[in-house]
Amino acid sequence: MTRLDPNPPVGSADPGFAAIEAALSTLAEPAPDRLGHEVLVRVGLADNYAVVDSPLGPLRVAWNARGVSAVDGSTEDRAFEQAFLARTGRRASRTDSLPPRLARAVERRLAGDRRARIDLDLRGSTEFEQAVWRKALEIPRGEVRPYGWIAAEIGRPKAVRAVGTALGHNPIPLIVPCHRVVRTDGFIGQYSLGGPQNKRTILAVEGADPDSLEALARSGIRYYGSDTTRIYCMPTCRDARRVTERHLVQFHSSREAAAAGYRPCLHCRPLAASAAGAA
Amino acid sequence: MVFHWLMDPHDARDAALALRLADDRDGGFEALVQDHLGRLFTIALRILGDRSDAEEAAQDALVRAYRALGGYDDERVRELRLRPWLTTIVVNVCRNRTRIRRVSTTELGFDPGAEPAVDPVARRDARDAWGALLMTLPRAQRIPIVLRHVDGLSYSEMSAALGRPEGTLKAQVHRGLAALRDALGDEAHDPREMTA
Repeated sequence: MTRLDPNPPVGSADPGFAAIEAALSTLAEPAPDRLGHEVLVRVGLADNYAVVDSPLGPLRVAWNARGVSAVDGSTEDRAFEQAFLARTGRRASRTDSLPPRLARAVERRLAGDRRARIDLDLRGSTEFEQAVWRKALEIPRGEVRPYGWIAAEIGRPKAVRAVGTALGHNPIPLIVPCHRVVRTDGFIGQYSLGGPQNKRTILAVEGADPDSLEALARSGIRYYGSDTTRIYCMPTCRDARRVTERHLVQFHSSREAAAAGYRPCLHCRPLAASAAGAA
Repeated sequence: MVFHWLMDPHDARDAALALRLADDRDGGFEALVQDHLGRLFTIALRILGDRSDAEEAAQDALVRAYRALGGYDDERVRELRLRPWLTTIVVNVCRNRTRIRRVSTTELGFDPGAEPAVDPVARRDARDAWGALLMTLPRAQRIPIVLRHVDGLSYSEMSAALGRPEGTLKAQVHRGLAALRDALGDEAHDPREMTA
């Protein structure tokens, strides 16, 4: 047991309180280890991440108060943390699991429910990149669109290559479904999250068969029409998939479809794709 | 005008931090968390008496501070006295929490018979015992005592933080210390026995 200094501490108003004041002055407690980090996560100046299962194997999902900030295929924490720091300037710290609400939303989104609300932290990206990613978010599960379609839809029909680059830089793959964007000639194309094979895997899981898509691309078919509605669509559009084989018409270009008296579908808007493709 | 050489080290450090915050809210905020989290946690812990409540209160206080800083113009941030300013925020957060949770013991006067855990000698950890003893004080005394004698704020800083005259605060601290001394019982429990 430590004996107190018999002299009252400086500033004590009453020597009778000296021992009490001295005891009180020892009552500082260090904050728990993670508390500072959690504060920074709550204001978006640092991130947590957890490992989440996906059709592509375990993925690292990072988030802060502003939203999900990364989905990453790194197999090691250190590699992920370093890459994350280099890209965002923020530290990411591993935790056991996503917050429950976010976990449910991610699960629903990966299962194809686009209404599952997930905030995204896209700081550090350009307006153009964000426009590309937002547009990719509109593509339903099981469907694909060409790069040129995105370019035309965001009002930059000539920026097809830049759209490809922006999708390659998508920091939040799967949640922002850049895998649903394919080459303008219909082939599956590259994928930032582990390469083209992963893109085929995830498209197959979602019900867009990559082999038939590429078979279609090889044969030069770009659009499907219905001879009852006289509407033509992208081949994976949900409307095109409802057309029975007997009424299905195939087109190599939008010009061909228009010449046959067909109008573009209002859901998949194939004209946008052809506008960019022609540019 | 900021006269660093006239200040105590806390003030000089805070003045430099305020300048940095004015220049770069995000970069400065990380430094602010590093400098002030421990004391905000301590203040919350000694006001609320519960570790997990204190963690939440310290977090909430810093999140509020960050949002406030985002809304202030640079000049206002430069002039901030960070220690009293952050103290105001954490004390308000603690007051709101106790208001919601109605921690019954905190509003009662000291009654050693009613609260066995308060008996300091029976507690193994002297700091816990002192923490528990503090919780027997009414909040009007406990908060000034925590700020003055646990955190070490000056009466001028406390007056800025709590919006009360220094004289009032001195009287509250004095009454609080007297209540602690009475609670300990001058003869039975020499306060020296409670120091680890």
